[in-house]
Amino acid sequence: MTGAARWLRWLAPGVLGLLALTAWEVAVRVNEVPPFILPGPVLVAQTLVADWNSLSVSLLITLQITFAALAVAASLGLLLAILFTQSRVIEMSLFPYAVVLQVTPIVAIAPLIIIWVDDVRAALLICAWIVAFFPILSNTTVGLNSTDPNLRDLFRLYGASRWQVLWRLQLPSAMPYFLAGLRISGGLALIGAIVAEFVAGTGGAASGLAYRILESGYQLQIPRMFAALVLVSGTGIVIFMALSLLSHLLLRRWHDSAGAGEGR
Amino acid sequence: MDIALARGDFLALLGPSGCGKSTLLRMIAGLIPPTAGEIAFPADPEARRSIGFVFQEPTLMPWATALRNAALPLELAGTPRREAEARAAEMLARMGLKGFEHAYPRALSGGMKMRVSIARALVTRPRLLLMDEPFAALDEITRFRLNQDLLALWQDERFTVVFVTHSVFESVFLAERILVMAPRPGRVARELRVPPEDRAAEAEFRTSARYAAHCREVSHALAAAMEAA
Repeated sequence: MTGAARWLRWLAPGVLGLLALTAWEVAVRVNEVPPFILPGPVLVAQTLVADWNSLSVSLLITLQITFAALAVAASLGLLLAILFTQSRVIEMSLFPYAVVLQVTPIVAIAPLIIIWVDDVRAALLICAWIVAFFPILSNTTVGLNSTDPNLRDLFRLYGASRWQVLWRLQLPSAMPYFLAGLRISGGLALIGAIVAEFVAGTGGAASGLAYRILESGYQLQIPRMFAALVLVSGTGIVIFMALSLLSHLLLRRWHDSAGAGEGR
Repeated sequence: MDIALARGDFLALLGPSGCGKSTLLRMIAGLIPPTAGEIAFPADPEARRSIGFVFQEPTLMPWATALRNAALPLELAGTPRREAEARAAEMLARMGLKGFEHAYPRALSGGMKMRVSIARALVTRPRLLLMDEPFAALDEITRFRLNQDLLALWQDERFTVVFVTHSVFESVFLAERILVMAPRPGRVARELRVPPEDRAAEAEFRTSARYAAHCREVSHALAAAMEAA
């Protein structure tokens, strides 16, 4: 990629975003839309700064839940995928339930989990985990099973143990798949955390960003609602970019997907 | 079929696709069990394990450097990493890859990848080297050079080679014994020999009249085997 194309990659969406924000601000001012219907971006930014104290606390809580859920999803997904490749029986008996967990809408089971689990924060974590878990499990399972058959034969020829096959062949083969799953799950963990908190409602003791959005909605503090929304989206973007960067750093030396740079 | 291999043989299995060349090779390697009959090794328990295998594709681990790829058989056998890498580096140098130890496979050309693959097969100093159409996917110039280097290596070390190919020219250039195989059912139609004197007599064996004569003979044998099938 040439230098100009690299710049364009950031410049083009940046300019588009700026134009859209300007149009939004102008439209709000010209039509004198009241802030409780639609605040302009300037007002949203001002609110973000003014309410930073309460918003940052909420952001931190949401981040904690998201990353804890992602960490649990990643480690459990990886472990379970390894277990699946070691035993067909385990895979056949457990995989359908993993699918059930995946296809059941989280909004539908979140109330149950919130009733069953006393600690709200733990309940939110479980919800976020359920959403984030499946892409990692299924991607890693595919990755572990898609090793080069000739390389498998080679390992067999040299009498490699199960452990050696797993450690030296299957796990490195699965790495790109696992990282792709992780990138999807990063965003999903955030969505899971937000959705669960919405369901938990204002009664929740843990006051993350979703709680701020709900609360601001009830109080018609629409600019603050937007400010919280900006933080949610921003967090999602940062998580995706961070995981893309991690994937790029780990794979750039050998995997083709890493050659074209991040953002894919 | 009944094939006896002596130590130091260079045997080519030549035949059309579907005559069971690769299957036979995999049976010798112990990767698939024979449906009938047996594959006997010398009584020495080391013999069965002392095998190197080169696949049609380089079959390298993309996440490992040339050095780590070549060191794999030793590391799987529990050789300490430092020693394994030293021996792998030596073997890579013998295959003409000095300076490329730390290159990843995707940075190497097809011929170089195949050289890493051969270095990996030879790093354990096996008595028996099994090669399954190793140069079929390479361009002719690269193939000729690899043919020459393999032959030189074999003349130095005298390991036993079973080389599967569907190229008449390659089999005559490399092998002392050529088994012409026929399909349906897979069997050995004829065995031909290229005496070592013929190869030694001429500096440019590949362009010599003797080479051409052997190629003609093998081609006829192959055509006859195909006709009979």
